[in-house]
Amino acid sequence: MPQTEGPAVSFVVAQAETSAPGAHGVGTQDDTSPLPPSGGAANGVEISVPSGEAHGAGFPPFDAHTFPSQLIWLAIAFGALYLLMSRIALPRIGTILEERHDRIADDIEEAGRLKAESEAAAQAYEQALASARGKAHSIAAETRDTLAAQSEASRKALEADLHGKLTEAEAKIAATKTAAMANVRGIAVDAAGAIVSGLIGTVPAPQAVESAVDAVVKN
Amino acid sequence: MASSEIDPIHQFQILKIVDLGAPGGVQLAFTNSAAYMVGIVALVFFFLTYATRGRTLVPGRLQSLAEMSYEFVASTVRQTAGNEGMKFFPLVFSLFIFVLVANFVGLIPYTFTVTSHIIVTAALALVVIGTVIVYGFVRHGTHFLHLFVPSGVPAFLLPFMVVIELISFLSRPISLSLRLFANMLAGHIAMKVFAGFVVMMSASGVAGLLGATLPLAMVVALTALEFLVAFLQAYVFTVLTCIYLNDALHPGH
Repeated sequence: MPQTEGPAVSFVVAQAETSAPGAHGVGTQDDTSPLPPSGGAANGVEISVPSGEAHGAGFPPFDAHTFPSQLIWLAIAFGALYLLMSRIALPRIGTILEERHDRIADDIEEAGRLKAESEAAAQAYEQALASARGKAHSIAAETRDTLAAQSEASRKALEADLHGKLTEAEAKIAATKTAAMANVRGIAVDAAGAIVSGLIGTVPAPQAVESAVDAVVKN
Repeated sequence: MASSEIDPIHQFQILKIVDLGAPGGVQLAFTNSAAYMVGIVALVFFFLTYATRGRTLVPGRLQSLAEMSYEFVASTVRQTAGNEGMKFFPLVFSLFIFVLVANFVGLIPYTFTVTSHIIVTAALALVVIGTVIVYGFVRHGTHFLHLFVPSGVPAFLLPFMVVIELISFLSRPISLSLRLFANMLAGHIAMKVFAGFVVMMSASGVAGLLGATLPLAMVVALTALEFLVAFLQAYVFTVLTCIYLNDALHPGH
């Protein structure tokens, strides 16, 4: 169990089989400050190959000999990552997100515009409907009025006609009545003359009979 | 190599893949950690660009996921730091996605967890605090120091309050980095320990095999918990980052 500068060959053997594939056969072990092996179990099992040496160099994260190369490669890797992220990857994702955001905003705007349009159309339709309804109402009213006027006129004409006929009939009745009455007077005069002549044997003067009849009729 | 698999620390080893020498006496190498970092960046970038390749108006599954991650972080930033905080959005998003993917990748067996190394989480936390301090002074000048001077405090208490505020400010990067590091580390160790019990017990005969079902159930439960922790720690890191950035935007209570 060498406690000094570890023999390089044994390191390679120890690690080539157990660790990162890149280590095969290339380099030598970096560890140069071997301390007592860290785990007791590590030494107990393996005998033939001094594998304990691999970790005999102390706790690897605190091995300062590896710091410079780690720092340099971290600087290179992280610097490259920062440049790649800030120059290429992040603007790319940012653009995608922005485009989507814009697209969604556009679509919402478009939807709003279409909605306003359809609302205007609905309003126009309502208006057209209302005006059509109004027109229909007015046409109906007009028709009703004309029909009413017509029927009124015909009713009036009919009434006037009937009235004329009534008057005519009344006149006719009156004339007939007058004529009948005149006939009645004549008959009465004749009858009175006949009766008187029958009673007294002399024919009375027609004027006297007539006036007597008139006096009776008047009463 | 049973012993290595039972060792719960082994998974945190840093292994050199390509040695880049040691200029100025500092060892540099392309390690497994570096490979995972580069892989995470490539994965994130490939996923985000591939998922959004169609740029469709109605997103598919992958694009939804990419958009969700974007909007999740964006809403977190807006809620904590306001619309003004969106100028830090790329930074916050990068931090979130890096930590999140690193945490989740680490949950795949045999992988390496980048965020289980304190140097990584500390560096990320320092990026945050550095941004806060630099932006705070650039934007507000010395007015930024009002951050440490709570208003409406009696004069004799003010020195103490300033010291307390200063300590609280300085402890932020420490708590920020330690929280993530410790959660990842502890979770992975716990899973490995219980998984090790399964291996050890089942190796010792029929009774052990039956007994191994207990730690196995524990490993299953821990894995579920670790998935929650992986997301939660990435989220906590992000939210705290936003809160600290908010201080840079609006210093003075």
